[in-house]
Amino acid sequence: MHDSLFFQVPNSTFAPTVDGLYYFIFWISVFFLTLITSLMIIFVVKYRRVEGVEAQPSPGHNTLLELGWSILPAFLVLIIFGWGFAGYVDMRSPPEEAYEINVTASMWQWNFRYPTGAVSGELHIPAQKPVKLIMQSKDVIHSLFIPAFRVKQDVVPGRYTGVWFEALEPGTFDILCAEYCGQQHSDMLSKVVVHNNDPSKTDLNDDPNFETWLEDASDPIKDNEPLYESGKRITEMLGCVNCHSSDGSKKVGPSFKGSFGTTRNLQGGKTVTVDENYIRQSILDPNSQVAQGFDPKMPSFKGTIKDEWIDAVIAYFKHLKKE
Amino acid sequence: MATAAMPAQHESESHGGENFLTCSKGFKSWAFTLDHKRIGLMYLIATMSSMFLGGALALILRAEHLTPGATLPLAKVQNFLGSLIPSWSAIEATPLTNHDVYNQLFTLHGAIMVFLFIIPSIPAALGNFVLPIMLGAKDVAFPRMNLGSFYLWIVGFIFLVTAILTTGLDTGWTFYTPYSTNTTQTSVIAATLGAFILGFSSIFTGLNFIVTIHTMRPPGMTWFRMPLFLWALYATAIIQVLATPVLGITLLMIAAERLLGLGIFDPSMGGDPVLYQHFFWFYSHPAVYIMILPAMGIASELFSTFSRKPIFGYRFIAFSSMAIALLGFLVWGHHMFTSGQSELLTIIFSVLTFSVSIPSAIKVFNWLATMYKGSINLATPMCYALSFMFLFTIGGLTGLFLGALATDIHLHDTYFIVAHFHYTMMGGTLIAFMGGVFYWWPKMTGYMYNEFWGQVSALIVFVAFNLTFIPQFVMGSRGMPRRYYNYLPEFQVYHVLSTIGAFMLGLGLALAAVVLIVSLFTKRKAPANPWGGATLEWQCSSPPPLANFEETPVVGNPYDMQSVVWDAENECFVNRKKEEAPQS
Repeated sequence: MHDSLFFQVPNSTFAPTVDGLYYFIFWISVFFLTLITSLMIIFVVKYRRVEGVEAQPSPGHNTLLELGWSILPAFLVLIIFGWGFAGYVDMRSPPEEAYEINVTASMWQWNFRYPTGAVSGELHIPAQKPVKLIMQSKDVIHSLFIPAFRVKQDVVPGRYTGVWFEALEPGTFDILCAEYCGQQHSDMLSKVVVHNNDPSKTDLNDDPNFETWLEDASDPIKDNEPLYESGKRITEMLGCVNCHSSDGSKKVGPSFKGSFGTTRNLQGGKTVTVDENYIRQSILDPNSQVAQGFDPKMPSFKGTIKDEWIDAVIAYFKHLKKE
Repeated sequence: MATAAMPAQHESESHGGENFLTCSKGFKSWAFTLDHKRIGLMYLIATMSSMFLGGALALILRAEHLTPGATLPLAKVQNFLGSLIPSWSAIEATPLTNHDVYNQLFTLHGAIMVFLFIIPSIPAALGNFVLPIMLGAKDVAFPRMNLGSFYLWIVGFIFLVTAILTTGLDTGWTFYTPYSTNTTQTSVIAATLGAFILGFSSIFTGLNFIVTIHTMRPPGMTWFRMPLFLWALYATAIIQVLATPVLGITLLMIAAERLLGLGIFDPSMGGDPVLYQHFFWFYSHPAVYIMILPAMGIASELFSTFSRKPIFGYRFIAFSSMAIALLGFLVWGHHMFTSGQSELLTIIFSVLTFSVSIPSAIKVFNWLATMYKGSINLATPMCYALSFMFLFTIGGLTGLFLGALATDIHLHDTYFIVAHFHYTMMGGTLIAFMGGVFYWWPKMTGYMYNEFWGQVSALIVFVAFNLTFIPQFVMGSRGMPRRYYNYLPEFQVYHVLSTIGAFMLGLGLALAAVVLIVSLFTKRKAPANPWGGATLEWQCSSPPPLANFEETPVVGNPYDMQSVVWDAENECFVNRKKEEAPQS
């Protein structure tokens, strides 16, 4: 499969239907546009005004012709409707055996939870297996959009919405938010990582398959590595790194680097020392102590993050202090 | 009725007699005027100013997209401006970021273009001027209400623009809940009140037109002798009167939700945010036809006049306007295919959406057939009309991609949508509006503009328009979402092309404005009928006298092009001499 002028490489079972219908309508449109434009140009050239020459008489209407050009397009649009309808029914009928992942959208991040209890800021799925997302929003309406899969579904607060797809090839693809959701709508990006599910593809053996990744993600704290490494993994998994840098640069929130042990000015004039308790509180109830110069925009991770993961994150802060 | 040669009378009128512009002078004579022509002219100035304001904002937005990240120091400028006015900085506790300013700018662009320009542009500006004259009436049915409509527009303008400027409204022109009701810090209430007032302004105009057309047709002006522009305005007026109140109710509910804490749309109190979208689009989809129907009406007049042919399939065009007005009420759900509304509803809305495409297609074919065997004059208005036909056809055809379910799921909320509605709203309505302005300008002001530069403006606008929006179709289907401040680097090439096009487009429209303004200073007198139109407005002098007609005009077939002939000596069209024309 290749990318074409109008599309990225198709990478879901729906994509060929969507692209096929798109190009079908495209060529119909090209046909009619060419027809109309050529007639327009021919008439303008052939019947352009010449002084002293009046318009030639022609019938003021022709019922047969008019009915013809009303009814023929009606048949064409019925075909287009039928094709679009069939594709849509497919998109809205997830197979029973689909692997279910819960999605929570909030301003401005995506959070994915797997049946094993693993959580991640990027969506990980196996290739060639149907996956169903059950989505909810914590605040306003968002919309999950994966262009490579040709799927989109709004995520609405106060109700569940769902979407399913089956990825074709392993790789990493963009997830975008398509419904305007405020200040950083355009930065509410993530990735979908499609893991190889085919043991015969040996050239991809370096990548972990989905099962291996899921095992790692379910228990990010490894016995045989320093705790701060686990902490680093957790900040990536949960998407903390989308707003907090680890190199001292300022993003949406303050950088992790060099902050541990320093005194921080808070909004409202108070100051606080960045210690274990401050970090813990900032993760569980972020808007209670907002650093000066930043907006209170961080969502709470209460219920998402486990206590021992916080330990690891704190170790990572301490490690960055030393670096 | 003793005049054997009508032209002599017109000559004397247009060069000597009093017209609606000269009959009284001073600020008060305009501020308290009840004359539909003066109100139309004031509306014209007001809506065109809004268009240039909205257009300037569009250019800032396009310039920002030259690079994927920050291009312009938007926040610096805004915070600097804010520091000049103390009340602004008091509202903004934290300094604005570039993201915030961008979001405010696209909200302002959309709100100005939709509520202040496109909706009132053709009906309230051109329609107000032309409708009574075309009909053969002295004025609209309720002249005071007509003036009231204009003042409501002014009040609405002030509310909307100050609300957005002083509080930095950033919800988009759609005010989607729950973002607009409990998340954003900005003042939604003042802005929605502005839109609410503008809605009343629109209802006043619509009501006036319906009553005028029903009650003020002179003897002989039967329904099927009405020019198609009037049919289009009539269909538009029905939508204005029936749909706009729903917007008013919806906006009041938003205000109540914020002020009183009612949970109509707020899910945390048991409300439903998708319900808001139903309410909003129940108005805003028919509003799309408020915007496009009058444009189609203008196109019908232009194709007929400049081809010197009666319009082909008059009844099909008239009925298709009414069909569009009716079907337009039944398709709002196609804005919500991905919203989470029920699947069954989605499928029904998809079928109904396709049904609207048929009457629009009929019109295009009929315009084309009108040109067949004609005597086509490529004057400036006709250049805009041809440009309209091409651009509107693209707008209509790309609607097929969005009506079809499987493709819409992918294309919804991307730049494909942005390109599609600009092809219909700008390529359609704005281009037809420009055609109409150039067509009736001699009638409204009494002066001819420079034909060559008018045609050049039409050409630049046409080329630049396509350069601006064709790349947006491509990047949209490749996955570029709309309302994005930052974007992925792979889309940069399309954004750069689009931005270059947008600036050329701005230049073309500015040139058109210059051509029109210059004509007021060169003062080349316009004849009563420069184009050869057979509708009644070309029977009265340019500009028309205060009462439009000295005596009740004789109504005939509005598209009987043979009733006027070219008078080479005076370089204008004149009525065929009485002895040649069949007497009624």
